[in-house]
Amino acid sequence: MPNLELGKYVIYVVPAYLITGAVIAAMVADSLLRAGRWKREVEKREVEKREAARNGQKKKKA
Amino acid sequence: MITLLANPQRFLAFSRVAAPSLGALAAILGLAALWTGWSVPDDYQQGSTVRLMFIHVPAALTGMLIYACLAVSAFFGLVFRHSLADAAARAAAPLGAAVSFLGLVTGSFWGRPMWGAWWVWDARLTSYLILFLFFVAYMALQASIDDETKADRASGILALVGAVNLPIVYFSVQWWNSLHQGETIFAAGGSKASPVYLLPLFLMWGAFYAGFGALWLVRIRAEIWRRRAQALAVQGAR
Repeated sequence: MPNLELGKYVIYVVPAYLITGAVIAAMVADSLLRAGRWKREVEKREVEKREAARNGQKKKKA
Repeated sequence: MITLLANPQRFLAFSRVAAPSLGALAAILGLAALWTGWSVPDDYQQGSTVRLMFIHVPAALTGMLIYACLAVSAFFGLVFRHSLADAAARAAAPLGAAVSFLGLVTGSFWGRPMWGAWWVWDARLTSYLILFLFFVAYMALQASIDDETKADRASGILALVGAVNLPIVYFSVQWWNSLHQGETIFAAGGSKASPVYLLPLFLMWGAFYAGFGALWLVRIRAEIWRRRAQALAVQGAR
């Protein structure tokens, strides 16, 4: 079972774990948000490109 | 394997499965490491600060692994001019900066009660600080040059120069009289650490490596999409 009695060193151990947890959470969040943002951006631009190509074909036919 | 994954489409298909798998592995190993790490008895000398070793050592070693990955990617980018290699180098740098920062901070939290100082200009600490600064310098150089090709080339050269520091970090405790403890886990003649502490240490080490693998893949995917979005934007503007 985990031993949570850290004695006089609690002021060193707990903040170190908290900082580590915060940095890891920030890394995970930043990586996932960044990937999601650029994936959506690519999808949006590909739709725009397809629409532009379709409009160009229509103009040619007209 | 590298040749196979050099194609961005194949890389995206591979990483779509590999990234969540590594992420899940990292989470499982991390939770197991926390459970076992907080269950061990206090060390007879270090007391409860021995638990700091379970995050400090894996963070410090992962920082070095990330720099090696950054340097190898930069090398492939410089020699073969492959955009995926440059994307991999770019993706590794922020992770390396964050993890090596953790290595420094957690070491500092251990140093204060054990050595009586948050920081000493010891060979291991100083060379590791330089490693962290190389990550920061790599990102700063990338950000300071608008032309991405030139930025990748300049920062790639910087990354290769910084690779010289890796063996210095590793061997610093042997080459100089150091306050930092020497080889412990892989010491000649067997590990000097008590076996009871090795399980949580190895579990957390595995968690850090797997976690880095997962996040690196996610960030390379982001970098591929960023470049594709920019290429599409240029095409749209014509």
